[in-house]
Amino acid sequence: MAEFWSGFLLPLIIIVLEILAIVVPLLVAVAFMTYAERKIMGAMQLRQGPAIVGPFGLMQPFADGLKLFAKEQILPEGANRVVFYVAPMITFFLALIAWAVIPFNYGVVLSNINVGVLYLFAISSLGVYGIVMAGWASNSRYAFLGALRSAAQMVSYEVSMGLIIISVLLCVGSLNLTDIVHAQEKVWFCIPLLPMFVMFFISALAETNRSPFDLPEGESELVAGFMVEYSSAPFALFFLGEYANMILMSAMTSILFLGGWLSPLPFAPFTWVPGIVWFALKIAFCLFTFVWVRATMPRYRYDQLMRLGWKVFLPFSLFWVVLTAGVLVTFGWLPK
Amino acid sequence: MILQGIAFYVFAALLVASGVMVISARNPVHSVLYLILAFFQAAGLCVLMGAEFIAMILIIVYVGAVAVLFLFVVMMLDINFRELRQGALETLPLGALIGLILLAELVAVLGGWIVAPGVASIAGAPTPALDQVTNTHALGQLMYTQYVYLFQASGIVLLIAMIGAIVLTLRQRAGVRKQNVGVQIARHRDDVVVIRKVTTGEGV
Repeated sequence: MAEFWSGFLLPLIIIVLEILAIVVPLLVAVAFMTYAERKIMGAMQLRQGPAIVGPFGLMQPFADGLKLFAKEQILPEGANRVVFYVAPMITFFLALIAWAVIPFNYGVVLSNINVGVLYLFAISSLGVYGIVMAGWASNSRYAFLGALRSAAQMVSYEVSMGLIIISVLLCVGSLNLTDIVHAQEKVWFCIPLLPMFVMFFISALAETNRSPFDLPEGESELVAGFMVEYSSAPFALFFLGEYANMILMSAMTSILFLGGWLSPLPFAPFTWVPGIVWFALKIAFCLFTFVWVRATMPRYRYDQLMRLGWKVFLPFSLFWVVLTAGVLVTFGWLPK
Repeated sequence: MILQGIAFYVFAALLVASGVMVISARNPVHSVLYLILAFFQAAGLCVLMGAEFIAMILIIVYVGAVAVLFLFVVMMLDINFRELRQGALETLPLGALIGLILLAELVAVLGGWIVAPGVASIAGAPTPALDQVTNTHALGQLMYTQYVYLFQASGIVLLIAMIGAIVLTLRQRAGVRKQNVGVQIARHRDDVVVIRKVTTGEGV
């Protein structure tokens, strides 16, 4: 019995507590992300944003959440019931499980696996399933069009994203996320690989279906795209999943290009700040840029979006992979 | 160890079950979704074997790209399932016959199959043990160093297949107006807009 306790039950409890320690702050961050987005966009458009519920409107996301869960759940006629309800769950689930490999500080990671980057890439490429299944199961034209757009968009941006990740991996020599951060101790990869950094960020926008690539939602043409038929809790799951994905992509950008938990300058006042704070600040910076882009850019036309993915990003990222490899080999900088 | 055993049997059972559901589900979209589930179980089995790189590549390539396009096509098909099943019943005898022939051939081939002696040592030699080098390094060493010519050859085969697919599907239509971003950006106001003073009643 003692063996059962120490060998099986205790590790299980510890793992569950660790998961909660990641998921609960993440969901709180998602709630305040929606608040921050409305406040920042308000400021950029000379409005106030939410200001009524709580001090400075800080309780607004919780009021919204409460309102969503109190609404009626509607199942459209002719909808495929199981797939309809599984789709938002998949979106939410995928947005959470990716955090298992994110290193928050040196050694502060739930699962330090050797193929961390591939795991993240795999999870982010699965995000399309929630959308496609939702669009198909809703039995609605608008939703279906949104799903088809999303599928085509994800596939085209994933290819260039993979090549961008390869150019980072060439400089690191490992697929482990902790190793990737350590390789940036001398210089963050956003400096030598600046074009890749910009392209990765744009691909992340496309991958999370954010403006200006929010064609799967496209309020003005497809009403709300794949989630037009959703209400109440399933809608809330989509919403949470989308914002958790944004935070995840920002974390990925920080780890791959902005040096993860490393401080910007490696000496005194900067190194006193704990790494997790730097990591959070970098994520917040990327998220701010997400919102900034949304408030600034008009939506792409669909063929322009495909052109950008296949005809601009793909050739250029391929060229940059060859260039990176060439430079590393020529100067003998290949990591051992 | 017992946990690994349980995990193996769960993954294996789910893999077989979802494989069966792929061919027995009535709705083709459900079939594709079960296929994706099967891919996941296979990836889980790969992780249990310590082949983490293969597992991740399986998910990225098959689930993340191939199955998305597959789902994309299947969703757009407008199939009448009742008609489909009637047709299936008519062609069932022929299908069963072909299946039986293939099975017989397989049995004939596998019955005479002899594994070369000492193959385990040859197959095991190229990569060092898992605790010395990671999956990714071992695979890279094999593919890009030891078997680089075979790798290049398979790449050329794929390239030719890709060119073939493009040549077969490319058609050039006359009279199509395509957006040329460079031309649009290079346009200057002076080239396209003329401002004139027009006297009333005289026209331009």
